[in-house]
Amino acid sequence: MMNTSSPYVIETQDLNVFYGDFHAVKNVQLRIEKHKITALIGPSGCGKSTVLRCFNRMNDFIPTARIQGRVLFHGKNIYDPDVDPVQVRRRIGMVFQKPNPFPKSIYDNVAWGAKINGFRGDLDQLVEESLRRAALWDEVKDKLDANGYSLSGGQQQRLCIARALAVKPEVILMDEPTSALDPIASLRIEELMVQLAEEYTIIVVTHNMQQAARVSDYTAFFTVDEHRTGYLEEFGPTPEIFTTPKSRITEDYITGRFG
Amino acid sequence: MMSDFPEGQELEQFIKRRRQKGLIWRSLFLLATTLGVLVLMVLLLTILNKTLGYVAVRYRMEPDELVVALYRTIMLDASQTQTLANPADLTRGLAADPDGVGIMARADFEATGQGLRVVPITDLSLQGVVVVVSEANTWLTDLTSLELMRLFTIATTWSELRPEWPQRPIHRWLPPASSPALHAFIAQVYGEDPRTQPTEALVAMLAMHLSPGAMRQIMAEKPLSARTHEDFYQLLVDRVMEPTILETWSFSESILNRKAIQARVAAMPDARLEFRRWITWDFITSPQSSRPEFAGVRTAILGSLWVVFITLLFAIPVGIGAAIYLEEYGSGGWLDQLIESNINNLAGVPSIIYGMLGLAVFVRALEPLTSGSLFGLVDPATSNGRTVLSAGLTLGLLILPLIIINAREAIRAVPQAFREASLGLGATQWQTIWSHVLPNALPGILTGSILAISRAFGETAPLVVVGASTAIFLDPHGPFSKFTVLPIQIYQWTSRPQAAFQNLAAAAIIVLLALLLVMNGLAVYLRHKYRRTY
Repeated sequence: MMNTSSPYVIETQDLNVFYGDFHAVKNVQLRIEKHKITALIGPSGCGKSTVLRCFNRMNDFIPTARIQGRVLFHGKNIYDPDVDPVQVRRRIGMVFQKPNPFPKSIYDNVAWGAKINGFRGDLDQLVEESLRRAALWDEVKDKLDANGYSLSGGQQQRLCIARALAVKPEVILMDEPTSALDPIASLRIEELMVQLAEEYTIIVVTHNMQQAARVSDYTAFFTVDEHRTGYLEEFGPTPEIFTTPKSRITEDYITGRFG
Repeated sequence: MMSDFPEGQELEQFIKRRRQKGLIWRSLFLLATTLGVLVLMVLLLTILNKTLGYVAVRYRMEPDELVVALYRTIMLDASQTQTLANPADLTRGLAADPDGVGIMARADFEATGQGLRVVPITDLSLQGVVVVVSEANTWLTDLTSLELMRLFTIATTWSELRPEWPQRPIHRWLPPASSPALHAFIAQVYGEDPRTQPTEALVAMLAMHLSPGAMRQIMAEKPLSARTHEDFYQLLVDRVMEPTILETWSFSESILNRKAIQARVAAMPDARLEFRRWITWDFITSPQSSRPEFAGVRTAILGSLWVVFITLLFAIPVGIGAAIYLEEYGSGGWLDQLIESNINNLAGVPSIIYGMLGLAVFVRALEPLTSGSLFGLVDPATSNGRTVLSAGLTLGLLILPLIIINAREAIRAVPQAFREASLGLGATQWQTIWSHVLPNALPGILTGSILAISRAFGETAPLVVVGASTAIFLDPHGPFSKFTVLPIQIYQWTSRPQAAFQNLAAAAIIVLLALLLVMNGLAVYLRHKYRRTY
């Protein structure tokens, strides 16, 4: 499924999502560049999380959800019938809103994903490398046997990031990764995101506009129409969106007049 | 300005009224709780009350008589022993015999005992009977009870007892075999409870009271050397003492009407009053018997365990499997919803209906399978589907909805976040279920399953229909055995007219409750041990 000729890692074409009869998101056209951070922002209910979950087919588990249009990963539609969603999720990892380590040891949290994906290398080395990349190694290297839930909220979220990194994904999806954390812990995650962008493509959903402005290279602003259907209002380089938005709605949202 | 809300005096009154209303409800709830606890306590006490108390027993051979008869024979058969019916004759003869030693009633000694003196026993105070020697005896100043035992049985010369005593034969002077003095002496020196006698003494007692033919038969069943002390005691009870319980009293009656009971038993011919504990180790380990003195619950406990084992083997895997399917794989379509509402309804079906189902399907339709004749284990001509297997499967069906509902609850309680995290790493759905859903749901599944199993343990009605036998004297030994279970055994005992069976039923209820308590305790322990860490 690799097609390196396309400059974009992920590209959506006329993406529509339905929950039963409800049209949740309409006609989304997005292009995600390699090794960049793309932020999805917008008011509650605008479908930004729904769009994010389309990128690794997490919506498959909602029985009523239905997708129209295409989501291209290196030019290949991941919704084609010959694509195995398990493979998609190995390449496109995910970090969730609330830190959700497994109720296992720190070591097992990181190693489990690699084990089930048939990792044949040195597991100890992989765990250390992943924890280092997630900037957690120094804090946990002496207590790898401790339960993941013995860590603080911010550490738990970095553990989840390390867990995602351990299966060597290309893209990391982050669904409001700092909304359950205090400001200090949030800042550490933001620093980490910037570091990770050197090697990974990151797509992050956030409610925090300062966060989007601080870390992202591109920003996609979603909003809802009169039928409560979400759509992409504006997409572009972050500085442009925040300083010279083309759309009036974007400007109102950015300046805090609604949302 | 007038306010729309009550103010001042009125406000205070209003709040007070609201508080009072709350107080009334609170008192009612407290009352309900107290009532519930009280009723349970009364229930438990009523049962416990019957597991202890006086019984009037008639023995063919009384236990103390058994001991006395043995030692009387040994004493009278010892060398150099003479019996004299007249205490005056005994006094005269013994006074003239320095090597003699005798036993007399204390009253006789005080009346006629010139020329004799009493030998003090250092570690025993004899009541109503004394050991006497001639005043001419110079060495016998004291005796231990052990020396006393040997003095009148196996010792032949004085020096055998203590080396410093003369090397002359012991002359024994005893009252006649029927005298109360000899009886009292034996009871105090050798004891009167057969249970405390050495094994050799028990064998001797058996040999004394059974014909040589009966002894040979016992030896043929199992050689004497292979039998334990407890075996011999049981043989004595069964074959020689043969107790019959005439009447029983509860613990409270035994305490409150003690005098009346004693008077009543004294008036019964040959009856003895004994205080009996109905729950004993013997009760738990003895097989069922038609005589309440010997009946135990081993057969019923083993039957219950076998049935529950089959139930467990069938219901747990099927129930958990169904729960996993419905929770994790089911799409929630109309078929799933139909199955779901069916399961919920099945949980409420009266258990007797399951019994009818079990009778029709397992006992009748699947008879070759459930009786074991399909596997050639039983002769098809006499085979019968009323077996442990049928009962276990019937109870399995009964608790299946409970297990499914409980397991679904436990699976649903596993946070969705774990499933998402696992799937997001590229795990398949089965890997997610196996590694994250099941381990985290396991404590809940186990707790629910144990509670369901304890329900099966106490179930009676369906097993009556499926055909638990009430009179089984053989332990069940496999899935194709006939069986009885504890609740059925209790039911059967309570319906017997003899009073002693009521006490047995009470004791069996306590055993059943104890087993259920152990299982529920296990469930609580598991829930506590694997309580959530997330």
